[in-house]
Amino acid sequence: MTLLDIKNVNKHFGGLQAVSQVSFSVRQGMIKSVIGPNGAGKTTLFNLISGNLPLTSGRIFFDGRPIHGLQPYQIACRGISRTFQNIKLFPGMTALENVMIGRHTRTRSGFISGMCHFPAARREEEKIREKSFELLQLLEISQHAEVEAASLAFGQQRAVEFARALASEPTLLLLDEPAAGLNIYETAEIARLITKIKAQGITVLLVEHDMSLVMDISDEIVVLSFGEKIAEDIPSAIQQNREVIQIYLGDGDA
Amino acid sequence: MKARKYFPIFGLALALAGVQQLTQLTGTAYYLTQMTMTAYYALLIIGLCLVMGYAGQISLGHAGFFAIGGYTSAVLTTFDLTPLLAKGNGVISILAASGLLVSRENLYGAALLSVNPWIACIAAIIVTVLIAFLIGMPVLKLKGHYLAMATLGFGIIIFRVALAIEIFGEADGISDVPGFPLLPGIIVSGDFSNRVQNYYVACMLLLIGFILLQNLIDSRVGRALRAIHGSEEAANAMGVNTSRYKLYTFVLSAVFAAIAGIFLTHYNGGIGPSEAGIMKSVRYVAIVAIGGMANLWGALVMAALLNFLSLRGMFGSYDDAVFGTILIIIMLFAPHGLLRLQLWRFFKKSSRDS
Amino acid sequence: MTSQLFFQYLFAGITYGSIYAIVAIGFNIIYNTTGIINFAQGEFVMLGGMIAISLHTLLPLPLAIGLSVIITMIIGALIEIIFIRWLKNPSVLRMIIITIGLSILIREAALHIWGEGVRSLPYFNGNEISTLRILGTNISPQVLWVIGVCSVIVALLSLFFKFTSLGQEMRACAANRLAATLCGISTKNMVTFSFMLSAGIGALAGCVVSPITYTQYDGGTPLAIKGFTVAVLGGLGNSMAAVIAGILLGIIESFSVSIVPLAFQDAISIALLLTILFVRPHGLFGSKEAAGLKEF
Repeated sequence: MTLLDIKNVNKHFGGLQAVSQVSFSVRQGMIKSVIGPNGAGKTTLFNLISGNLPLTSGRIFFDGRPIHGLQPYQIACRGISRTFQNIKLFPGMTALENVMIGRHTRTRSGFISGMCHFPAARREEEKIREKSFELLQLLEISQHAEVEAASLAFGQQRAVEFARALASEPTLLLLDEPAAGLNIYETAEIARLITKIKAQGITVLLVEHDMSLVMDISDEIVVLSFGEKIAEDIPSAIQQNREVIQIYLGDGDA
Repeated sequence: MKARKYFPIFGLALALAGVQQLTQLTGTAYYLTQMTMTAYYALLIIGLCLVMGYAGQISLGHAGFFAIGGYTSAVLTTFDLTPLLAKGNGVISILAASGLLVSRENLYGAALLSVNPWIACIAAIIVTVLIAFLIGMPVLKLKGHYLAMATLGFGIIIFRVALAIEIFGEADGISDVPGFPLLPGIIVSGDFSNRVQNYYVACMLLLIGFILLQNLIDSRVGRALRAIHGSEEAANAMGVNTSRYKLYTFVLSAVFAAIAGIFLTHYNGGIGPSEAGIMKSVRYVAIVAIGGMANLWGALVMAALLNFLSLRGMFGSYDDAVFGTILIIIMLFAPHGLLRLQLWRFFKKSSRDS
Repeated sequence: MTSQLFFQYLFAGITYGSIYAIVAIGFNIIYNTTGIINFAQGEFVMLGGMIAISLHTLLPLPLAIGLSVIITMIIGALIEIIFIRWLKNPSVLRMIIITIGLSILIREAALHIWGEGVRSLPYFNGNEISTLRILGTNISPQVLWVIGVCSVIVALLSLFFKFTSLGQEMRACAANRLAATLCGISTKNMVTFSFMLSAGIGALAGCVVSPITYTQYDGGTPLAIKGFTVAVLGGLGNSMAAVIAGILLGIIESFSVSIVPLAFQDAISIALLLTILFVRPHGLFGSKEAAGLKEF
């Protein structure tokens, strides 16, 4: 079943065509990756899906319903969760509190019940805390739960961001360069984690630079170059694709 | 575990009662007048603290909301409706028939028919909520300098309106505002006989407001607000409707300001345009900043201290200059507030040493 | 409306508008080099007027004005050196509060030095009742002084930014602070200089306009708000557009007198400011894309 359907998406910045006529779809339960050289429009495409940037034209459907033109928070409420390339944890909040924010879409208490601390709100708060702590345990960083998130090591911050994204129990998880800035051991760790996430039935769309990570775990790969889709296939086929090799290695042999 | 959170507030309540007893013993009960006023200003300031410190949105127009609350309530409780009733105005007769109007005697002993203070209070809050929504919706889309200037502009317009419109008494403001019979036997007014009672009313109101805000900060909503302060983009991506949360917070703090305005107007028996002035708004922002921005206790303590000293006339004609100086010094050397300056570092060090 | 009245309003509008434009340019100069909106900008205008008035009791008018401009420039430089220079990456909120605090301090100092009274410099030529006939209407020669001096300021500034190396370095700073530092430009000195420059032009404007509008200790804030309105109207950082926007606001204000009560005159520019902020925060002449790149 198709979960995410991207149709003829375009994005201009002034005269610059950052994403042009890109279409592809993501089936439920798969790991799909978007790769391409620097400036290929990968992150822009991501921001279009998550609603952080408005589309110039085109349509995006999630679970059969259009999500283009929605605000990021509305898209998050539909069940799409994301991480950021340059980790965006909330400063001045502990790791646990950061993850608790992720439960926002799954909880209800508003201003009034928050101010009065109604029993229902208190119970909900208890559940948010439990669930968030479980996620930190899952990512093996629960010992840092009460540490201010911004003071954690880089790899740990990334894990907190993962936990935060998972806390909303998303149907689709968007990961923006999760291995950026990590060493090979940490990258392998991330790969293991992503497979674990997939095993829980969560669909993953991944933007990544690191080829080893992408080839190992992806079910399908989309290649972008200068904002256009130039290939879409399974990893082994992508590795053989002449055009892809060309844009990655330069056109010396052409 | 949960009850421990309220211990400091119990302590505060005891301290407030202790202060009253102390003034009784030392025969300095006249201090209570300024303390009562201070408590109302503090109510406004903790509300502003929520907007500035936790949601991270500056408002340089909060005196405007104070004035909207105070003036609406003052106009409704002093405007004489007798001529309108005599003319047979339908709305007025219905109001009169349903007991929403009260008659009393004015200074000269003539009968005066005006709106019941309770109704006036509710109307004032409704008016404030409406205006806060109307202003907040476009204004809160702005950031930084633009937000500061827009809220400053809003404050100036309210000041001008108070100063220029006859029904608001122009430069003289509105006087002869009657007492507010809050509960049977409890009247919010400036009568000397009610002084102790009024002190406790103001303290109760402040404590309730404080508890509500503290609960809110500790809740799902408070967490979302702090997230907005940290990174609006990330908060939005986590499913927080950032514009709605900012707007509701703004409106909530406007209501705090309006309630402070309503009660203080009844307590003082009047309100003047200076309450809507820019310097008032700046002063409120200054106190929140001195208290440490995202620090409800800091805002409360500083509001109590500085307003009391200022109302006692401790700073003389240098009142505004003192606030300006404190503001600059705090922002230069201790942007996290006075209370956190040394103590916090000290605690950190000692906990590391041990 | 008779044509005589029309031109009267028009000249009044241009006079006030020129002053707003100078304040707006003052905002822009500092904004361009620092990204700060200096809320104490209006106070420079007040200070310039007040100092010149005091000096004029001892010195002839041109000397008093010149000295007043220099003193205000020194005050501007001191403010930057004492309060701003050494802050590392201050947040916008912190800078707003600091400059608001400065404006309060300057105003209170002025209150205690000069009192609450209204003061003014004498008319540069003639007195209150001397007039020139232009376009069928009588206007004061001081109006020509204001318009003339403001035009000269604008012209000199644009020459300064275009042709002097200091001006070019300041523009480089405005374009990209980091790159300018890497090219060996001392950005810190540029910031000090931008404070001096905007204090200086503010003070000069405060002197020429003093005979018409009078000078009072609390005259800075309304001017700052109008100047900011104009700066936003023209697009923050764009000084040439600020001139057009300033004159536009001046004219709107002066013609509004015939419709709206005088007490609401301030409210007009604020209403305009709010409208602009809601509808086109990047200004009438600014581009939306460029505004998106600025940090507010």
